Amino acid sequence: MIKIVDLYKSFNGQQVLKGINIDIENGRTTVIIGPSGCGKSVLIKHLLRLMLPDAGAIYLDGEDIIKLDTNSMNRVLKKFGVLFQSGALFDSMTVEENVAFPLHEHTKLSDREIKEKVMENIHLVGLTGAEKKYTSELSGGMKKRAAIARAMVMSPNILIFDEPTTGLDPVTSDTIDNLIIEVNRRFDITNLVISHDIAGALKIASKVAMMYDGRIVEEGAPEEFRKSRNPAVRQFLARKAEGVIKIG
Amino acid sequence: METGANNRNFIRILEILGEKTNSVLSEIGGIFLLFLKSFYYTFQKPFRVGLFLKQIEFIGVQSSFIVTLTGIFTGMVFALQGAHAFKLFGAENLTGPSVGLSLARELGPVLTSLMVTGRAGSAMAAELGTMRVTEQIDALYAMAINPVQYLVVPRMLAALLMLPLLTALFNFLGIIGAYLLGVHVLGLNPESFINDVIYLVDFKDLFVGLVKSIFFGMIISIVSCYKGFYATGGAKGVGRAATEAVVISSVSILVSDYFLTAMMF
Repeated sequence: MIKIVDLYKSFNGQQVLKGINIDIENGRTTVIIGPSGCGKSVLIKHLLRLMLPDAGAIYLDGEDIIKLDTNSMNRVLKKFGVLFQSGALFDSMTVEENVAFPLHEHTKLSDREIKEKVMENIHLVGLTGAEKKYTSELSGGMKKRAAIARAMVMSPNILIFDEPTTGLDPVTSDTIDNLIIEVNRRFDITNLVISHDIAGALKIASKVAMMYDGRIVEEGAPEEFRKSRNPAVRQFLARKAEGVIKIG
Repeated sequence: METGANNRNFIRILEILGEKTNSVLSEIGGIFLLFLKSFYYTFQKPFRVGLFLKQIEFIGVQSSFIVTLTGIFTGMVFALQGAHAFKLFGAENLTGPSVGLSLARELGPVLTSLMVTGRAGSAMAAELGTMRVTEQIDALYAMAINPVQYLVVPRMLAALLMLPLLTALFNFLGIIGAYLLGVHVLGLNPESFINDVIYLVDFKDLFVGLVKSIFFGMIISIVSCYKGFYATGGAKGVGRAATEAVVISSVSILVSDYFLTAMMF
């Protein structure tokens, strides 16, 4: 389980995280939703320790990852698979090479074994036939699927999705949502999804949490979440410009 | 009233100066820190031979054509200028050695480095900058791969190795250019041209030039990688990183050349 406790972060005097507290349970899909710029991606960067907090702790199975040395953190990172917002595929490599990359780096598998594992994951995300394509030849949805295949290839315990459906059409978004549900069911992976797509969030989540103004203001199962009286949640669910959430 | 306004203006000037000094110092600190990290990771496993060879091809082999062209023409133009000047004193035989010395000590390392900065340095900054803004560098971290070791170390080592080789190529072709022009166009004596060059250009001159080029290789690779590695602000930021990489590297090469020359001769 991941337990985030009282996480604070500010940039140039501006407080972005104002005491985040949330538990991410094993084998379930937790979705953190919130308006753009509320600090969701900053939270993800803390989980990967791409940023260090001003205060607070992130416990992974009881161990505070903020305090780990580089080698121990690398051990932890190998348990994670990450889908970045832009996909972050290496554009100098084909889909196949991208998916094979972590295996070449971290395992001693033979080329044949790597090829098998890569094709298995490419097939799982529905990209069979596109394995020789470069990133520039892929559509937005294909890029996300290729990035999911790469994130999954090391059989991680935890998959982190940063805005997996941003910039995709509704049908492709739903395909990605189904894929997230499928990997959670088939491989018992813990999913943490950061999103502002409320429909997708309610569909895939075991637990939805709303982040607003640097804090988690509401959390619960999708059914409870829908009934929340929190004004920020109500505004978000109603997709209204008027309300407590002010943009810009 | 006026004194108050003057004071405010003075304080504003001091603030701007302070901000600029702060940003320049933090930039120098950042570049030096990246150098230290790269130096440290050079000796840590895994050794990325494949990436190193790729960079050798990119920085060295792909720069050889431009170095060939500039080397030959630099040698020729220096021979042309030198021969005219030396003719006034009846000392045309000094044309070869003067071109040889200028190439070995200054023009070879400096012009080669400026050429490599323009061709490879800008490309390094743009490539790493694109990787930064499209989260590819974050993805490396997230896959437990050290991006400095993966991206910067091979580029730094390749530049350290290739710059002296390219400089040697520049020097060689420069003197060939000077020979061809001097002997076949200006009618200098071929034997005395070669003998005077061998007699007057010391091994030390060549050696010092090559040492300089190693230093310049380090400047190009670390500055360009630093600018790309920490690029921000999308496509515009990548463009800015490439421009700043070229400007900072070129200025640093010319400034450090003075100090290296003062120290070594």
